[in-house]
Formats: sequence, structure tokens, C-alpha cells
Amino acid sequence: MKELSLNILDITQNSITAGASEITIALDEDAAGWLTLTIADNGCGMTEETLRRVRDPFYTTRTTRKVGMGISLLQLAAEQTGGSLTIESVHESVDPVGHGTTLSAVFDTTSIDFPPLGDIIETLCVTIQGHPEIDYVFTHTTPSCTARLATAELRQVLGDVSLGEFEVIEWIRGYLTEQYEAKDETHTNL
Amino acid sequence: MKSLAELAAIKERMKDKVAIREGSGAMRVVVGMATCGIAAGARPVLGAFVEEVNKAGLAEKVTVTQTGCIGICQYEPVVEIFEDGKDKVTYVKMTAEKAARVVAEHIKGGKIVEEYTIGNK
Repeated sequence: MKELSLNILDITQNSITAGASEITIALDEDAAGWLTLTIADNGCGMTEETLRRVRDPFYTTRTTRKVGMGISLLQLAAEQTGGSLTIESVHESVDPVGHGTTLSAVFDTTSIDFPPLGDIIETLCVTIQGHPEIDYVFTHTTPSCTARLATAELRQVLGDVSLGEFEVIEWIRGYLTEQYEAKDETHTNL
Repeated sequence: MKSLAELAAIKERMKDKVAIREGSGAMRVVVGMATCGIAAGARPVLGAFVEEVNKAGLAEKVTVTQTGCIGICQYEPVVEIFEDGKDKVTYVKMTAEKAARVVAEHIKGGKIVEEYTIGNK
């Protein structure tokens, strides 16, 4: 993957496949240059067996072929910078109410091997367009500012108009772009 | 500044359109968005289809959707076009530029862009 935002697009598909109704994507940067990516969902979760094997590139739940590279690629990207990847998951058979998966990847953004974050706004637009029925909470926090999107708030305004409508997606794109432009004016390293 | 009031205005405009769209959707554009597709460049391809279809005013009859791995990862980004009563068309090794041409010639004009289809690779 050329950009971290493409890994995020990819990993979020796992939450969608897991039947999540709410997905939280958080990017947290601290003053020392560590970036923590957290993707949390309330999907069906993984069994202990699946969780044990999920980092193995030759393990996949899919049936069309025998490899599943998504999590392996993200883990590699994190570890190349000196960071790490952790996954916690509760399968629905263990907890019928509180099930879901939380994945965290930590990156050293000062490392020469840190991939650029890339177009995170496009990743969010594509994800929402593909599955507008899901509620997404996105936050990107740096020591000086925060960009934020919570689709449940938009849904209250939109009523039965889908989040996937072109005009709505364009609004979301503009809404996020403005927040990032405000960031640039404060001269952060984003 | 983008405001929620603007979003409410979009809702008002969409109200009539939504009613028309029910039951239509004569054509479906499906973009493969698994790890293989994303790594090969599917995100700008999907973005281009969504934008071009809407710019061409075809949103009423064409839906752009996403799917997982289609099974021919070496040809990603892969795009399949389904139309009622016609054979599926599979476009391979797509780019945003190729997507714009497919919208103009195939989706709008009705003529398959043969050189981008899987039969020509």
C-alpha cells in the first residue's frame, strides 16, 4: 500500500464484512511524533482461533483464494517504523451484546519508513459511499487540533436521505477539507 | 463553512429524486475493493465512476457499488458492469482516466470500450 489511508480503507472493509453497525476510526498524534491508528467496530468479532491466525498472510476467511494480506500489510507498515499492531476481539458467541473488534496500530511518524497518510478524506468518502447504512465516527487529533466527523449527527438532519448520495458525499468531502485547511493554517505537521 | 443547514437543503432537494429512483437502477457498476483492488489503485477508480456518473446526470439509472475480491487479482483494479438483459462486461487494469471514458462511451453512449475489457488482455 502506498498510503496509510489505503490500509485504513482496506481494514475498514473487515469491520463491514463483520456486520458492524458502528465503526470508529481514530488517528491520534502525540507531540513526540507517535501516531496511533484505532479502528473499532461492533461487528461479530473473532473467535480465539481466528484471532490467533489473523496476522498470518496465508490465513483468510474468504473463499475465492487462500491468502489474506490486509492485516499483515498494516502490521508490516507499523513495525517498519518501529511501531506495533494489536488486535482485541470479542466474538458474538462469547458476548452477544458487547462483541466487536478493536485494532490499534502505532507508527513512529519520524521514521524514514513511515508511509504518508495520504488522502484520508477520500478513504472516508469511499467507505461511506459504499456502506452508507453504517454509522462512522472519525477523529484525527494532533497536539494542536482535531478533525472530526460523526455520521449519526448528519443522519439526524438527513432523515431518510442516504449518506451515500453524491451531494451528501460531496458535502462530507468539503466539511473535512475545511477542517484540514484550518489545521494547515495553524502550521501543524499534517 | 460547511453547515448542517446546507445538509438540510440537500435533503429537501433529494426528497423528490428518491421517489423516482425506487425501482429503477437499470445499470450497476461494481468496483472490486478488497486488499488486492485497493493496492492496485481501485480507490481513484471508484471515485472517478461516482463523479463521472453524477456529472453526466446518470445517477437516476446507474448505481455505483463496491464488492470484495472478484478472484482475478492480477487484473485489478477490476470493474464489472451489469445491465438488465445484457451480458456482464468486465473491465480490467482500470484507472480514473479509463473510468471517465467508460462512463462517456459505454454507460452513456451504449458502446463497450473493448480495449479495456478482460478479453483483450
